[in-house]
Amino acid sequence: MNAAKIREKVAFSILGLITLFVVAPILLVILYILKNGISTISWEFVTQAPRNGMKEGGIFPAIVGTIVLIIGAMLFSLPVGVLAAIHLVEYARDNFFTRLIKLSVVNLSGIPSIVYGLFGFTLFVVFLKLGTSILAGSLTLAIMSLPVIITATKEALESVPASFREISLSLGATRWQTVRYCVLPYALPGILTGTVLILSRAAGETAPILFTVAAFYLPRLPRTVFDQVMALPYHLYVISTQVPNMPLKLSFATAFVLIALVFLMNLVSIILRAHFRKKKLW
Amino acid sequence: MVRDAIIKVTGLNCYFGSLQVLKNLNLEVYRNEILGVIGPANSGKTTFLRALNRLNYLNVSYSQDGEILLDNQDIKNISDNILRKKIGIIFALPQVLPVSIFNNVAYGPKVHGITDKETVGQIVEEALKKAYLWDEVKDRLNEPAVKLSGGQQQRLCIARTLAVEPKVILYDEPCSGLDPISTAKVEDAMQQLKQDYTQILVTNNTKQAARVSERCGFFLMGELVEIGETYELFTNPRDKRTDDYITGRFG
Repeated sequence: MNAAKIREKVAFSILGLITLFVVAPILLVILYILKNGISTISWEFVTQAPRNGMKEGGIFPAIVGTIVLIIGAMLFSLPVGVLAAIHLVEYARDNFFTRLIKLSVVNLSGIPSIVYGLFGFTLFVVFLKLGTSILAGSLTLAIMSLPVIITATKEALESVPASFREISLSLGATRWQTVRYCVLPYALPGILTGTVLILSRAAGETAPILFTVAAFYLPRLPRTVFDQVMALPYHLYVISTQVPNMPLKLSFATAFVLIALVFLMNLVSIILRAHFRKKKLW
Repeated sequence: MVRDAIIKVTGLNCYFGSLQVLKNLNLEVYRNEILGVIGPANSGKTTFLRALNRLNYLNVSYSQDGEILLDNQDIKNISDNILRKKIGIIFALPQVLPVSIFNNVAYGPKVHGITDKETVGQIVEEALKKAYLWDEVKDRLNEPAVKLSGGQQQRLCIARTLAVEPKVILYDEPCSGLDPISTAKVEDAMQQLKQDYTQILVTNNTKQAARVSERCGFFLMGELVEIGETYELFTNPRDKRTDDYITGRFG
């Protein structure tokens, strides 16, 4: 073996080790949570409300709360984000205003989530008088998700071949018909996977829901969108730090359920992508 | 002999940014003729075609002045989607949508508001027959169009254009990616379409222009050097540059 080959081997080994460093924390976190929490996970834990100062019972209201918030966030952010991206890619001329919007989108995604939380509190809870409610919390999560949905949609739209648009326009279709029939259907997989990914991140966020919706202890399920709800990440924070003498295994079990929910959503996104890729014809 | 002009172009100048690609173009296209357009690359042939149905405007840096009349109406006063319904185009490479053969052809009627299934079916069948493709695809209309061969795809594109019932069909080097047999089939289709449509054929292949067209124009560096009866142009060109080009002595 010559010197160059040996150097290459050494370099590859180092690269491999570094990759391991990236994977290791994730694996360790999951294993640690699993090891400490799995014994508490039971049917009762995921279907019952907490009892006895949250020291007994389950976390069902928090699971429901998180799912409701995610659905609410999607209802607001998906249409707005997709329409905004369609405007940017298909209609907007390249001018100062358009560039300003694109710059805002990039910068929005860099804002810390606690800032979104405070913003949502002042705008939705106080100014618009929505109160701490599902509506306010969903809207806050939606605004946080918007930049990612816009970016994902933009990329999905731009990856549709320009020839599809030319064909459609050359046959006398209007711009909107072209977008509707010849661009959106082919961009949909990218839009959906991007949306699911950011919503799975939103599911685990505590800061945006802290002042806008999350309830400390509310065992009954919400009836209207103006109700407060418990939510998994906030519940985890509460039982880990705010309640004395809380059994530690409850925290681990709650963390496990939250991670499982996020993984489930990511899995959906992966399956969607694989499914659409198989059907891709160009 | 005075012939009925369907398209009249007067003083057309086209620009991409500050680059002028067509200079003071004046020509007429007669009803139901096949007008051949030949010339080397970058001579403005494609820009001329795409000026007729305003597809050039998809490029944001494009601008033009001069006048283009379609049936004596300035195309500036026709909205884009109506104009493009009247003037269809076949692109250089066969470009089909990633849907079924049927839906490729049915797309045009659909965007123009024809929803009745039976009517659409009739339009599709008729268009495919006119494009000489019906016999080859009638049993597999629901298969993806991308499975067709290149020549079949190009005839599918012709059928798709016919389905919106245009008056004029533009061909932008329609056979540049096709083998000789497929090319012959596309040319056959063009000959049959002469009765009902006006056709403009831009081609790199001078022999094809000679075979198919009745009149022919020669473009060079954004100028229309000469235009006339195809036979005249090829046997007795008035301009030396035309002579050089068609005899292959160019450059």
